[in-house]
Amino acid sequence: MKLRKLWVCAFVVVMVLAAGSISAGTLDDIKAKGFVQVGVNGQLAGFGIPDEKGEWKGLDVDTGRAIAAAVFGDAKKIKFVPLTAVQRFTALQSGEVDVLCRNATIILSRDTAQGLDFAQVNYYDGQGFLVPKKMNIKSAKELNGATVCVLPGTTTEQNVADYFRSNNMKMKPVVIENNAELNKAFFAGRCDCLTSDTSQLAGAKSVAPNPSDYIFLPEIISKEPLAPAVRHGDNQWKDVVNWTVLALINAEELGISSKNVDEMLKSSNPSIQRFLGVVPGNGKALGLEENFAYNIIKQVGNYAEVFDRNVGPSTPLGLDRGYNALWTKGGLMYSPDFK
Amino acid sequence: MSSTKQTENSIPFWQDPSRRAIVYQLATLAVVGFIAYYLFSNTVTNLQRQSIATGFHFLEKEASFEVGESLIRYSAADSYARALLVGILNTIKVAFVGIVLTVVLGTFVGIARLSSNWLVSRMAAAYIEFFQDIPILLQLIFWYAVFYDSLPAPRNALEPFPGMFLCNRGLAFGVPEPHPAYGYVAVAFLAGCLCVYFLRKWARIRQDRTGLAFPVFSTGSAVLLGFPLITWFVFGAPTAMNMPRLSGFNFTGGLTVSPEFTALLLGLVLYTAAFVAEIVRSGIQAVSKGQTEAAMSLGLKPWQTLNLVILPQSLRIIVPPLTSQMLNLTKNSSLAVAIGFPDFVSVANTTINQTGQAIEGVALIMVVYLIFSLVTSAFMNWYNKKIALIER
Repeated sequence: MKLRKLWVCAFVVVMVLAAGSISAGTLDDIKAKGFVQVGVNGQLAGFGIPDEKGEWKGLDVDTGRAIAAAVFGDAKKIKFVPLTAVQRFTALQSGEVDVLCRNATIILSRDTAQGLDFAQVNYYDGQGFLVPKKMNIKSAKELNGATVCVLPGTTTEQNVADYFRSNNMKMKPVVIENNAELNKAFFAGRCDCLTSDTSQLAGAKSVAPNPSDYIFLPEIISKEPLAPAVRHGDNQWKDVVNWTVLALINAEELGISSKNVDEMLKSSNPSIQRFLGVVPGNGKALGLEENFAYNIIKQVGNYAEVFDRNVGPSTPLGLDRGYNALWTKGGLMYSPDFK
Repeated sequence: MSSTKQTENSIPFWQDPSRRAIVYQLATLAVVGFIAYYLFSNTVTNLQRQSIATGFHFLEKEASFEVGESLIRYSAADSYARALLVGILNTIKVAFVGIVLTVVLGTFVGIARLSSNWLVSRMAAAYIEFFQDIPILLQLIFWYAVFYDSLPAPRNALEPFPGMFLCNRGLAFGVPEPHPAYGYVAVAFLAGCLCVYFLRKWARIRQDRTGLAFPVFSTGSAVLLGFPLITWFVFGAPTAMNMPRLSGFNFTGGLTVSPEFTALLLGLVLYTAAFVAEIVRSGIQAVSKGQTEAAMSLGLKPWQTLNLVILPQSLRIIVPPLTSQMLNLTKNSSLAVAIGFPDFVSVANTTINQTGQAIEGVALIMVVYLIFSLVTSAFMNWYNKKIALIER
């Protein structure tokens, strides 16, 4: 009797394992379960953090909402999973999240050996240094021998080591996995400087006990194109994520915002007609509703709205558009046509 | 005779319990083997499908990240294998020092808990309850915050003794400048240890034969201290010290104990010692009171009673649970990632993230901790056997 149970158990285990390995496309899976699972930062002001009411806020969060709006026509059909820098890629690879909107930098090894695929960049960033003003440092070249607070599991650790090495300087890293704990240690003076992507540093500075006590050093030591990531090998799902980000950018270029999108439906401009699905074709090609771009813009807004709402000059982060301006305004944000 | 044999042979194997058991065991083994094979092959196919790199080739690649503290020479230009070795050594460092301090503190508190002095025993009890009941992670974060929040910056470092500096970068103090004499001093110390070992053996044999006690403790201490001291004088008594000085951002020279290491050590020791204290107390109480009374009535002094009668008996009860506390301490040291001490898990985390090879990385972490645990328990089992009751 006992033995029979054992056999049944073994059989069930094998069946479950076998079932686990068979999987349809990500887009079909998501449609079947009824929501998109998005890996986000959880602790980074301006990009992915819950506000005091527990509502998720941030540029990456809004990118996730745009994806939900594109797939379901409803930006609320979404579940956010806060992930640390160390957990994030494993969570994506293992299928715990469908897409990672978590300020991840595109680099070759992640795109290849780590089995990821990156969509269109949603923020162009670079790594910098934040130091206490009272240290009287004007340049990162003066940081020889400094203790540096840094998050683990990021390109940051490698960049800063490279920078110190190439300038013949020595450093001592203090590596703490939790972003909030790391910031606390830095503000308490455990480290001489905090290094990270400048957008993150702006976020950290905004939560400092006294933000004006800290300044940025002028050096930007790396290129950090931040983009949503998906698992390698599912081209359809990658297309959806990719064109969702592009839709945000394209809408800004076409002058479509959440406020005027309904009027724009009546526009006679063929680009706008195709973009908003008045003239069908794009939706079917992506496996989405024809009005997916309308839903994105109506519910989330265009890239300018997303940027200004989360990290723009009127927010505590106070970031300028810089590289993230449209290509027509001297930035790098550029979208191919929706046709 | 032959007829019994025939009946035995005529039993079909499925009705013979002992042979049937073998069949079942083989079948179970096959199922386990099949599941293991299935998991392995499935993982490999999935990794290939997602085009994730596999294998341990990454170990030879350049790590290109720095590690905060290291017992061996390390720079970002070294390989991942060396970076991981740095992590392993850091874990061993904190585990070894932690275990030694835990056993000392735990024994002390455990004995204090049984003290006839009301205040001493209550204080020990309060200590045990307090530290046992707060999660270790909270204790670590608390101690770390205490260090970086309450201590001054390096430029205003406290100087409790001349040449010793305490600041939020750690405790910096002087160490002797390298000199050939110290090599000989170490050899002299080892020779002293050997002498004391044989002295103790001889003293025991003599006591068994003649009943005369030999002052092993005082003679032994004199040998252990004297040998190295004499050697040091013979080789010119070097006194040059490598002192820490403030240069730029931090202290250079001397030796610096980081706040991360201290916070981790303090948290682990205070937490685990509370459990060890309870083990020591229960071990001592398990020895019947009659033993103490008998020893006293033979005229043994209290420390002799403890040392010769109580402890040898209670150690047999203490050692097995003590081993598992030592393993706990070693495993808990992986919480170092929370407070920034570059232990093995911390370095392995960074490695996993830069290479993306989570399965290999986690497998390495498991193997290393398994080895730590097996070595610790092998040593403790050996010790346990050594102190076990020798039955004649």
